[in-house]
Amino acid sequence: MNPLPRIELVCPAGSLPALKTAIDHGADCVYLGFKDATNARNFTGLNFDPATMREGVRYAHQHGRKVLLALNTYPQAHNWADWTAAVDRAADMGLDAVILADPGLMAYAAKTHPQLRLHLSVQGSATSYEAINFYHERFGIQRAVLPRVLSLAQVEQVIGKTPVEIEVFGFGGLCVMVEGRCALSAYATGESPNCNGACSPGKHVRWEKTPQGMETRLNGILIDRFADNERAGYPTLCKGRFEVNGETYYAIEEPTSLNTLELLPALARAGVRAIKVEGRQRSPAYVAQVTQVWRAALDRLMADADSFTVQPAWMAALNKVSEGQSHTLGAYYRPWK
Amino acid sequence: MKLALGPLLYYWPRQATLDFYAEIADSPADIVYLGETVCARRHELRLDDWLEVAGMLAAAGKEVLLSTQTLIESESDLKTLRRIVAQREFSVEANDMGAVRLLAEAGRNDWVAGPTLNVFNPATLALLQEAGARRWVMPPEMSHKALSALLDGIDPAPETEIFAWGRLPLAHSARCFTARHFNLQKDTCEFRCLGLADGIVLRTREGEPFLTLNGVQTQSSRIYNLLGDLSAVRERAGVLRISPQGEHTAAVLATFRAALAGELDPQAALVASRQWMSEEPCNGFWHGRAGVEQYVAS
Repeated sequence: MNPLPRIELVCPAGSLPALKTAIDHGADCVYLGFKDATNARNFTGLNFDPATMREGVRYAHQHGRKVLLALNTYPQAHNWADWTAAVDRAADMGLDAVILADPGLMAYAAKTHPQLRLHLSVQGSATSYEAINFYHERFGIQRAVLPRVLSLAQVEQVIGKTPVEIEVFGFGGLCVMVEGRCALSAYATGESPNCNGACSPGKHVRWEKTPQGMETRLNGILIDRFADNERAGYPTLCKGRFEVNGETYYAIEEPTSLNTLELLPALARAGVRAIKVEGRQRSPAYVAQVTQVWRAALDRLMADADSFTVQPAWMAALNKVSEGQSHTLGAYYRPWK
Repeated sequence: MKLALGPLLYYWPRQATLDFYAEIADSPADIVYLGETVCARRHELRLDDWLEVAGMLAAAGKEVLLSTQTLIESESDLKTLRRIVAQREFSVEANDMGAVRLLAEAGRNDWVAGPTLNVFNPATLALLQEAGARRWVMPPEMSHKALSALLDGIDPAPETEIFAWGRLPLAHSARCFTARHFNLQKDTCEFRCLGLADGIVLRTREGEPFLTLNGVQTQSSRIYNLLGDLSAVRERAGVLRISPQGEHTAAVLATFRAALAGELDPQAALVASRQWMSEEPCNGFWHGRAGVEQYVAS
């Protein structure tokens, strides 16, 4: 097989230190958000104000890398101006692309800043080339991030029928639900991933030591209970243990991480143009570890795809930073469904 | 004010489904949405069967629409979608942007923007309206306040439909949670959701009903019920959506009809509807709160 076209490594930056770490360890692009509800990782202590944003862009551009701004929540009538102002700021600060989910906002961006590159966010829930082409024809999007839903064969089909570059999730926390199509957090807490950019937010979380074990609650709803010998995980509501027909188990999803290292050659052959690492709420140490491994893997792949094998050292490094210390291929692997 | 019966979200045996719609023909529903929106593997009724049911309901004087699948994954999903768009006899409810693209391309201006299109602001709604949407179904998570602000920002607005009764469809996944419960894979699921008339209840470890597993769809376990909020709802919506349930759907439609006609005041209607509910009611979303709450304004 000939050398493959370059696949971009897109890494998370929840803070300026994380951004610099990602750049220093070989990310082609970083993605980040403003410190407000305009992005889908709106958590306390995360994200960028205008000053840190400018510094982040400066640092990335100085190293010849790109910065992508996630504006991937859905604005409403009363706060519409906050989102359009964020688009304006992105254009003004020289960001390389904005990642949007809302069609109305895309129309605004395309009209007001025609030179600004648009990506379709995973929150847009576009799972077919027909949906992706809708955004391409109307707003000129140049890249789409696929929800973590399709099998490899399906990803390949999409790529064959759209001019839009396709980016997929390669590593990190796994939403078992289609992004942009999940109101579970809104149902339990009133905070909506779609509109507030937060899932299972910290202010609704309660940890409580009880005679039955450590209990984790979200807005009073028991998400899980841990015995003394178990590590109590954060109560993301789809990753708790529940009772169904008298059986208690991870009814929706185990706490696990997506890891597609072994699928890299197949993803490359399918024509995927970028691999996204999840984790804007994770530490710079996580970003360093994951970026380093994926950089090495992608370099190896692009130098010689035929002899690509996953190095045990890569897996060992990634295992250290995985949620629940386990890995899944997610929807790329049909039996997962 | 019109009453709509939303698409059947569960998988019932063929005869049970046909019997159900025969009953709906004589119900107070003005509008009926038909078709499989949840899972392409469900085939007790195929598109031709749905078209037959549609013809029967249209003959009974109902406005009938075909709803498209919410989560499109395969080429065969797209094939079904194209067939739905190509038929001209019935209007279509678009449940993803692929459906929107095909409907707009076909020059249709009679379709309905479904609840999973994430329409949260006037700009997006106007866009869909220009693409041919004559009605839109508000995302259930949207509040009264947000809806009012949206509608005040668009003129003329398309007709607004609100999810007013039933277990809330909260999430869709590539994974089938019903198959998972039976330790089966989706591709060889043995159609275990067939005949689970209202899905499977998921409880917390304290035994509290929390969610409902319905194949690849996750719903609330509580019954979203806006009967007590009808005065505010009818100021902003032209259509109320009632989601089919295992039993008493026609009775629920009749209760809404009586409430809309002023034969029952909203609180009395809410109380009367208790007998048609298998779980506690909730209405939090409408009030801008956690959806699971049952909120009574003081």
